[in-house]
Amino acid sequence: MTDHIIYMDNAATTATRPEVLEAMLPYFTQHYGNPSSIHSVGRDARRAVEKARQQVAAALGAQPREIYFTAGGSESDNWAIRCASRALAAKGKHIITSQIEHHAVLHTCQYMEKQGYEVTYLPVDENGLVSVEDVKKAIRPDTVLISIMAANNEIGTIEPIREIGKVAHEAGVLFHTDAVQAVGAVPIDVNDWNVDMLSLSGHKFHAPKGIGALYIRKGVKISNLIFGGAQERGLRAGTENLPGIVGLGAAIELAVSELPEYTRRLTALRDRLIDGILKNIPDVRLNGHRTQRLPGNVNVSVRYVEGEALLMRLDLAGVEASSGSACTSGSLDPSHVLLAIGLPHEIAHGSLRLSLGNDTTEADVDYVIEKLPGIVRDLREMSALSAENSFQP
Amino acid sequence: MYSEKVMEHFEHPRNVGEIPDASGTGTVGNAKCGDIMKMDIKVENDVITDVKFKTFGCCAAIATSSMATEMVKGKSIDEALQLTNKAVAEALDGLPPVKMHCSLLAEQAIHAAVEDYQKKHPKE
Repeated sequence: MTDHIIYMDNAATTATRPEVLEAMLPYFTQHYGNPSSIHSVGRDARRAVEKARQQVAAALGAQPREIYFTAGGSESDNWAIRCASRALAAKGKHIITSQIEHHAVLHTCQYMEKQGYEVTYLPVDENGLVSVEDVKKAIRPDTVLISIMAANNEIGTIEPIREIGKVAHEAGVLFHTDAVQAVGAVPIDVNDWNVDMLSLSGHKFHAPKGIGALYIRKGVKISNLIFGGAQERGLRAGTENLPGIVGLGAAIELAVSELPEYTRRLTALRDRLIDGILKNIPDVRLNGHRTQRLPGNVNVSVRYVEGEALLMRLDLAGVEASSGSACTSGSLDPSHVLLAIGLPHEIAHGSLRLSLGNDTTEADVDYVIEKLPGIVRDLREMSALSAENSFQP
Repeated sequence: MYSEKVMEHFEHPRNVGEIPDASGTGTVGNAKCGDIMKMDIKVENDVITDVKFKTFGCCAAIATSSMATEMVKGKSIDEALQLTNKAVAEALDGLPPVKMHCSLLAEQAIHAAVEDYQKKHPKE
């Protein structure tokens, strides 16, 4: 192991920012009240919750009353899909989504199928883009919900959400987007995007883990997620995660205020890394759209080597990354996203995701560009596969 | 998740390569599943005098290949045929449950190489 760790797994999670932690700390020991209490300690806590709600709403172009705090992205996705489609069961039982959604969406949709719903899983093109035309064609009289992610967590492709939202609204169908990877990385406006529900997760943009939110447009019918007290307009009961909510508000405000600079800086670093890898290593392909992609996302497939071996070797060199190989998912199949963009299994197994973040420097990028070719060469030398020998015994 | 021994073999694998005039070769696995192991053995007087491997696969696949080559080198072909995946995994201080199939591939690759040798050199 090296002493210096280069963290390039920001799509998995990010470090809580010092400013965010600082904003949170008083709410553990000083202002620890229950926001539902009517005494002054409780009122302090309530004010903090409502301030954070405003901060989140402002970041999305929403009204504060349309923001509901949850424990994270998966909870928000589950709530949106299960409870909104259930509330509309009288209209119909058809849901439209894509093949490259996060499992929080896909597995919820599979659960809905067991509940008697029909789900259309739209394919994507070789860049991971959902076709707006496909969405339009898939809409039926009994369609109650469309759920398409704003940006893909593995390959970074940014979907045409505004156009999909327009199609959904014209057809009068509810539109949900999993924006977990998009918040803090691309500008968001729920009205411009025509979205009715939007999931977000704090730890992807330097808030702590265990806090997220679901935007629910005023007027959207949705059933309760958790029964109990009157928290979150009675829809999601349970005493609020006060420090987490404060952290979420602080982090999203910072992320949005820094977005232009973040986008400019990370896009340059991302392109430097992509170009450096493609130039210095033969038989490597970039996965995802070349330009319509998240500023911090690099995803490549390295032929003739397996992804887990690649990322463990990188780990030994001090670089933290992730892979869509089967060996990291605990199943025999590689990532459903890589298969959906048309990669053969053996190429999907050799995928590597490097996700840059606020702390990534040009020196970090150059270190990876310098180290990766040697690691690949080494693994290829011991691989049973090669350009001359890609046999299937 | 991996033992130190697995990591050590992954970082410094033994017996990587090919034997140009191998007495027997075994290839097992499938690129679709993400693991392919190829073992070459050199046999003299029914003893494995050299063994080399090439593996496309994860950490555990590389480490089990490396360990299996060490375990059969210098052994008779009958002894090599008795190599089990359990023994390979134990020699590596264990493998995570989802990676046990890698040790099975290592066992199968060694057996396939020995069987290939036996087919090419039938006993009279």
